[in-house]
Amino acid sequence: MQAHWEHFSHEADMGVRGVGDSLAQAFEQAALAMTAIIADPARVQPAKPVSIRCECPDRELLLADWLNALVYEMACHNMLFSRFEVTIDNDSLSATAWGEAVDRVRHRPTVEVKGATYTALRVNQRDDGSWLAQCVVDV
Amino acid sequence: MARNYPLQRQSEFSWRIDPFGKMRVPGIVYADEQLIGAMDDKVFEQLCNVATLPGIVQAAYAMPDAHWGYGFPIGGVAAFDADEGGVVSAGGVGFDISCGVRALRTGLTADDIESRKTELANALYQQVPVGVGSTGRIHLNDKGMNAMLLGGARWAVEQGYGEPADLDHIEERGCMRGADPEEISAQARRRQQDEMGTLGSGNHYLEVQRVAEIYDPKIATAFGLKENDAVVFIHCGSRGLGHQIGTEFLKYMVLAASSHHIELPDRELACAPIHSELGQAYLGAMRAAINCALANRQIITHLTRQVFADVLPAADLTLLFDVSHNTCKLETHTVAGRKRKLYVHRKGATRAFGPGHPDIPESLRSVGQPVLIGGSMGTESHILAGASSGEALSFNSACHGAGRAMSRHRATKLWRGRSVVDELGARGIVIRSPSMRGIAEEAPGAYKDVRAVVDAAESAGLARKVARVEPLVCIKG
Repeated sequence: MQAHWEHFSHEADMGVRGVGDSLAQAFEQAALAMTAIIADPARVQPAKPVSIRCECPDRELLLADWLNALVYEMACHNMLFSRFEVTIDNDSLSATAWGEAVDRVRHRPTVEVKGATYTALRVNQRDDGSWLAQCVVDV
Repeated sequence: MARNYPLQRQSEFSWRIDPFGKMRVPGIVYADEQLIGAMDDKVFEQLCNVATLPGIVQAAYAMPDAHWGYGFPIGGVAAFDADEGGVVSAGGVGFDISCGVRALRTGLTADDIESRKTELANALYQQVPVGVGSTGRIHLNDKGMNAMLLGGARWAVEQGYGEPADLDHIEERGCMRGADPEEISAQARRRQQDEMGTLGSGNHYLEVQRVAEIYDPKIATAFGLKENDAVVFIHCGSRGLGHQIGTEFLKYMVLAASSHHIELPDRELACAPIHSELGQAYLGAMRAAINCALANRQIITHLTRQVFADVLPAADLTLLFDVSHNTCKLETHTVAGRKRKLYVHRKGATRAFGPGHPDIPESLRSVGQPVLIGGSMGTESHILAGASSGEALSFNSACHGAGRAMSRHRATKLWRGRSVVDELGARGIVIRSPSMRGIAEEAPGAYKDVRAVVDAAESAGLARKVARVEPLVCIKG
């Protein structure tokens, strides 16, 4: 199973979907999908690491927490991220996100993400053993 | 479109879903046949979900521009009675708390602007921070932030952004009471500290427009509008602070729902009893975010005035009105002959008080509250006035915009930003935006026909059409 991400349609906004061999990998791919709403991840240098921790008893809410933690880091540090390493241990997630400061000319950012929503929020293991992590984000 | 919901036609412009399952009240949609035919079934599903919430009064409503939202449909209205177990919902207000529209008269005609249009567009684009990662020139420390969160546009005027006279033409006279800065987290403060006076991105914009058509000369005169007048529309909200408050309280309310004995049909409908610690904390935080949005639009107004003073010194920018369309407000409404205090949620819906309402500025009270409807970039926007009939129909609420007709994803497959700019340019509309893909996502064709939406709102009795305005310059986030 090749880990990958994709967008899915929502009438007003966008859905992000990550698929991977593990829960953590699906979370990493969902984060990439979110970056891709704002800019092409290939244009973002994974230069500077930022550490992120979240905790939540519900796996789906943990996905929203993870994406919202990234929204917060992007907003406060004016950054975009293109590489993610996630570890999930029961209720807690610890991660490193690598990225760089927004460069309007090089990144051509399209839109800000306001937050990850609980709409179409799903985290589950599929029949083929792969993991899926998705939700709609408000832009 | 296949219909899985039992919609009954009540009149030419209203449709009803009788309560079934756990619905406590009916769902009512205001639309013409074509608009309702084009609505996604998700709108009706979400409307029926809203109708299950505790303490909901009369009905869950959807406006003619309703589309699939989060929890509530966008274009959704619902009122709750605190003393009957009523709730306040973070999902029912949304992430962009107090997003709204402000309209300014300019004292100029479109002809006065025509020869300076490009210069005006360039100066506005340079002076008003717009797009991803843009920051304002105001950087607030904690003390300044608290004053802003308590004072709203009044704080901004005290800081020298605008005139005291502006405040009379803003909802709540520019300052939402009951704000509690203590409930605003460090993260929300951090997200906002450099974002005061910024437009944001997505569907937010600043437009210079011309009054293309007057529908109601009497009300237009009271609004100070004539055909061919130049006006300014500003559409934006509470920026990072509002987004962060929405995010945080959504989670708190989901996690606390079972302890409040609330069964959520959709987690995005996260809510808490108004008479609960969490409900009160959210109301205090949300009202502070409303003040943030009012201050933000006030600062952008000041920047806009500076640009006009430079480029077109004869201009005199006066405030027509400022109205928010993502809020929950405590209002008095008559239900079945009895006056009741209700918490009215409007998610992508505009308050539309009819003539004589005490909360309308005195100079406009006899004709009704201005209702500002932003259309899509490059088409048209509308100015309406609240109607007395709106009280019984929708707790005095009307539509808020055109409403999307397709996803952003699909829009980028159909249009290229550059060709949208060129096409609009050929029609005399000057667009400035940091993002070409953003323009493609917001292409006029991605939206419903705003005229059909306002026609339906008027025909249904929600508001009266006053004037249609067309863009000359659009600064797009």
